[in-house]
Amino acid sequence: MISFSSVSKRYENGHQALANLSFDVDEGELVFLTGHSGAGKSTLMKLIMLIERASAGQVVIAGRNLNRMRRGQIPYHRRQVGVVFQNHQLLFDRSVYENVALPLNIAGFQSREVGRRVRAALDKVGLLDREKANPITLSGGEQQRVGIARAVVNKPPLLLADEPTGNLDPELSAEIMNLFRRFNSFGVTVMIASHDIALIRSLNHRVISLAKGQLAHDGLLPQEQGG
Amino acid sequence: MARSDSSGKGAVHSKTSLTDKVRSYWLHHRSSLLGSLMRLLSTPGQTLMTTLVVAIALALPATLLVSLSNIQQLGDSWDASPKVSVYLNLRARDAAIEQLLERLQKLPEVADVQYLSSEQVLADFQRLSGFGEALEALEDNPLPATLIITPGLAAVEPEALKRLGDKIAGEAIVDEVSLDMEWVRRLRELMVLGKKIVAALAALLALGVLLAIGNTIRLAIENRRDEIIIAKLVGGTNGFVRRPFIYIGGWYGLMGGALASLLVAAGFWIIQDTVARLALLYQSDFQLDTLGIGGTLKLIGLGTLLGWLGAWLAVGRHLAQIEPR
Ligand SMILES: Nc1ncnc2c1ncn2[C@@H]1O[C@H](COP(=O)(O)OP(=O)(O)OP(=O)(O)O)[C@@H](O)[C@H]1O
Ligand SMILES: [Mg+2]
Repeated sequence: MISFSSVSKRYENGHQALANLSFDVDEGELVFLTGHSGAGKSTLMKLIMLIERASAGQVVIAGRNLNRMRRGQIPYHRRQVGVVFQNHQLLFDRSVYENVALPLNIAGFQSREVGRRVRAALDKVGLLDREKANPITLSGGEQQRVGIARAVVNKPPLLLADEPTGNLDPELSAEIMNLFRRFNSFGVTVMIASHDIALIRSLNHRVISLAKGQLAHDGLLPQEQGG
Repeated sequence: MARSDSSGKGAVHSKTSLTDKVRSYWLHHRSSLLGSLMRLLSTPGQTLMTTLVVAIALALPATLLVSLSNIQQLGDSWDASPKVSVYLNLRARDAAIEQLLERLQKLPEVADVQYLSSEQVLADFQRLSGFGEALEALEDNPLPATLIITPGLAAVEPEALKRLGDKIAGEAIVDEVSLDMEWVRRLRELMVLGKKIVAALAALLALGVLLAIGNTIRLAIENRRDEIIIAKLVGGTNGFVRRPFIYIGGWYGLMGGALASLLVAAGFWIIQDTVARLALLYQSDFQLDTLGIGGTLKLIGLGTLLGWLGAWLAVGRHLAQIEPR
């Protein structure tokens, strides 16, 4: 589903964010992405979303070579990837329902189908009763779940989440992570960037670690001795 | 990734058929059209300001153009065949006038001479000008006897006509000669000049409309920055993101054009009575030209086009800079 081969990313200011990075993620996998601040986690996800383009190497998503993708195709690529980004949050001038419906309206679904899918997505994140609320009236955890509903409403085969538990307390964080695992169990490929090593370790999934833009670790984390 | 079938699976989820795409395209056009109008109506103050700016910029050249066409109508309704008016000295004796008349009638450049005594001229003037009572108060008739000469074929050329005028002006009992055609021709020249000035003014004001709408759209884009970024992030095409703003521009142009038509119509309606009274005095068949249905539609159409264009230019400049980061 995700294939990076010898990918480097140098920003316009000359900063080398990723260097010669290679890895593959199969369809249906759930992987965590970790690394120190500035290691390149967000950059990696931006390459997948074609918010940025690789300076060298190949990025292939679901068989689509992103290097060769023209500008006009980018929106259609993005419809195949659900994202939960920390800094691209909800719109507060409309209801929860309308926030979640946005990707469907963009993709041109009929309103009956939109209603059905939006409610299904809100149901999955446990916010069906809040569809008419303005997101500003929701708690941080609830807002995050609305964001997740928006990311999955179009049933994308790939789901990216950049620090989805950033500001949440441990209990809520675990809840959100369980939500992602539930989507993964339905066959969605999931990649989650997170600092929360303790939580990641407890979930026991594949972990890709970056350090200064390079691959530092790829696989299960060793369980801590004696707890 | 080695398995190519997984790409197929991904596509199945959201692939829409061509008819679906076409339908959703028109659906979005409709929702943008109505949505942008709702948005404008939800901020009536700002909407009214921009609409007013557009309306004034459109109403000004429209008023001037209609006024010009009225003046032109006036010039055209003037008998366009050249006439020479010869004003005789007040003290000229009848015998001398008789002689002059005979001599003029023999000239090859002259087709016809009409004699108006000073009493006839006064009566005409009283009838046409409406100053009857004021003139009756005068003891002496201040108006000279007048000869109206219709030039013959030999004097159709302006130069020949002028030579004829000069020749008659040399006569002892002639005070003044005026070539009426000259007056009409000057009016025509002024009209051409006036139209050019109005055209330049209209172009300038059209540019103003473009800038005003462009600026309004720029602000609208800035206000909806987050929405644009999120829409692009979840797969909104440039067209999808652009559409509502283009429609906002179109609405501004449409409303501005409609308001401009109203302003022009109101202006002409106000002066209509006065003009009708004047027309009755001078020339009964004069009808005040107004915008009319055709002109109104043109004005609204032009406004819409300008609004659309202004939005299109602004969107092209500003939307490309807003990308998810
Ligand atoms: N647009 C940009 N232009 C220039 N440099 C950038 C840009 N975006 C990121 N960088 C730099 O690239 C490096 C990697 O950034 P990135 O955001 O990918 O890190 P990260 O692993 O997500 O960090 P964090 O955990 O703090 O979110 C950082 O040093 C950052 O300063
Ligand atoms: Mg980051």
